[in-house]
Amino acid sequence: MPVTLVLFWTFAAIAVGSALLCITRRSAVASALWLVVTLFQIAALFVLLDAQFLAVLQVLVYAGAIMVLFLFVIMLLNLGRATASDIKGPTGLAIATLLAGVMGLQLFVLARAAPPADLALPAGGLEAAQRAQGMVAMVARPLFDTYLVPFEITSVLLLAAIVGAVVLAKRHL
Amino acid sequence: MSLDLSQYRDLMTALLPELVLTAWALVLLLVVAVRHRTAGDLRLAGWLALVALVSTGGAVCWLWWSGARPAGLATMIALDGFRFVTDLLFLATAVLTVMLSFDYLEREQLLAPEYYVLLLLATLGMMLLGGGEDLTVVFLGLELMSLCVYVLSGINRRSPKAAEAALKYFLLGAFASAFLLYGIALTYGATGTTNLTLVGVQVRMLGLAHSTMLLLGLGLLLIGFGFKVAAVPFHMWAPDVYDGAPTPVTAYMAAAVKAAGFAALFRVLAEAFSGVSAWHQIVWWLAAVTMLVGNLIALAQRTLKRMLAYSSVAHAGYLLVSVTSGSTLGAASFVFYLVAYTLTTVVAFALLAAKGRNGEQDVVIDDLAGLSQRHPALAFALAVSMLSLLGFPGTAGFIGKWYILIAAANAGQAVLATLLVVASVISAGYYLPVIMAMYMQAEPSEQAHAGVRLGRFSGAVVVAAVAGLLVLGVQPSRLLDVARTSGESVRPAGVLPNTPPASLSTKGS
Repeated sequence: MPVTLVLFWTFAAIAVGSALLCITRRSAVASALWLVVTLFQIAALFVLLDAQFLAVLQVLVYAGAIMVLFLFVIMLLNLGRATASDIKGPTGLAIATLLAGVMGLQLFVLARAAPPADLALPAGGLEAAQRAQGMVAMVARPLFDTYLVPFEITSVLLLAAIVGAVVLAKRHL
Repeated sequence: MSLDLSQYRDLMTALLPELVLTAWALVLLLVVAVRHRTAGDLRLAGWLALVALVSTGGAVCWLWWSGARPAGLATMIALDGFRFVTDLLFLATAVLTVMLSFDYLEREQLLAPEYYVLLLLATLGMMLLGGGEDLTVVFLGLELMSLCVYVLSGINRRSPKAAEAALKYFLLGAFASAFLLYGIALTYGATGTTNLTLVGVQVRMLGLAHSTMLLLGLGLLLIGFGFKVAAVPFHMWAPDVYDGAPTPVTAYMAAAVKAAGFAALFRVLAEAFSGVSAWHQIVWWLAAVTMLVGNLIALAQRTLKRMLAYSSVAHAGYLLVSVTSGSTLGAASFVFYLVAYTLTTVVAFALLAAKGRNGEQDVVIDDLAGLSQRHPALAFALAVSMLSLLGFPGTAGFIGKWYILIAAANAGQAVLATLLVVASVISAGYYLPVIMAMYMQAEPSEQAHAGVRLGRFSGAVVVAAVAGLLVLGVQPSRLLDVARTSGESVRPAGVLPNTPPASLSTKGS
């Protein structure tokens, strides 16, 4: 078994295990910390996929900034105390099983319905592109060139979200 | 004027209306940050919002009249009559909403000038949604619009019902957005592009009409849009949200938000999925069920606001009929009906706001008894609006429905046309009692209509919209011509100038 495969299964197993722990812990803080572990494992999977830049972003943005924000909110709202589980009784379990089944089915369908061969990158195309313009440019070029308009709309969207949050949370109308 | 959208200069020109509106929204936000205390500040923000909307409308008209056309493929934003007509519709609805809000916000003591900023940003979202030529732009436009409308519907923080409405709308809206996003992802997976025209080309070139992944994507897209336009069975949120939101916002939601969702649905189906026949069947059923269920539930409502909410669900059904027919005539009737429906809805909600107090949740039909004796002008306006919703000859609603019927019949959808007529007959059962109450019942007491007052601005809105409804009812040809040319401008790419689909993969690779 090649070493990358061993690494993949290790990281994947830890990711799934910590994700399970994240949703089963009673304490919100513990859940958030397990989520950090999951995000790190996924960053490792990105590295195995030769997407080192994405891996760095994953750690910086998700495991770093966003998780810190999560923890802040949890502590500000005083949600640290353990509460009773939300998944109750046979109905909840049945719904959970059903949803898991649907997702399993989707995975199965997607594994079979491969995208048309015309759309796939030629073998070695990714490596060639990386050598030609570097890993960061491969993400940056489309983002600031092809997808410039959506990128700018996103900034307006975030502004609208901030204004909206402030309007709804202000003490006096 | 031919614009090459891969050049930044031309891209900016193509996006001029959106840029103008964004700039105004930012300016208004700055003004509001300094002046946000008194009722005068609120009025100032309202006037600035009006200026912003009108100047954006000017930019749209300039772009339209200068005959802007894309050189080659339209990327990100469309440059066709359909975009300009729908843009003007959204802007006009926003202007009417601002004018309704002048009186309403002061009366209800909602002194939050950010209201107008959010309204401008929501309108920006609609323009991107209706004009988006790329699924990413469509999605971001939808999110921008929805986000602002979530906040607007909950802006009255003293009302627990408004809070409930906003939360419900937010949760279900986020749920629907996830469906839409998943649909976009699957469509991208199947075709390798998010550009609407190129999706259509890929479907033809690669023979994807029966690809599982594309069909799954299409289904999820339809669910997402179904939520946004409140088509049965995805309409559950609409009555509660319409009921709880401030009335001008309800008018805005029932008119503009729905129109924007429909415009995007129409464009996506016509440009990207014209080669996939599966959606005709699905939209057929959506239309049939929406018309019947919407009207039947509306019959059972007692309060006016809920009745109008269910009636707007039913009208989504009529619009879906015109989408189903898929012809040029269908497109023309679609645009015409959107305009007629928007005007009618705004009148109805403006008068509801004049009649009610504290969110208008308790105005029942019998409360209107004898309104014609006390306020003949208001009663007349409301009667015209009800008749137009019903599709009575002489009003714009009639012409709109008539063209939808012709389009459906020409497309060989006799059953659907029959259902539309049946549904309209049912709808008479709840529109006519409103008129009967106003004209045929006596005023229960001297003080029954004491509080009814239509402010100066709302009055102007009602006069303009009622005049529009009546004029369009007898003189529809001008608008019909515009509707036809703009409807035709959205079409699947038969032959594309200089767009080899081989260039689909990203530039970098």
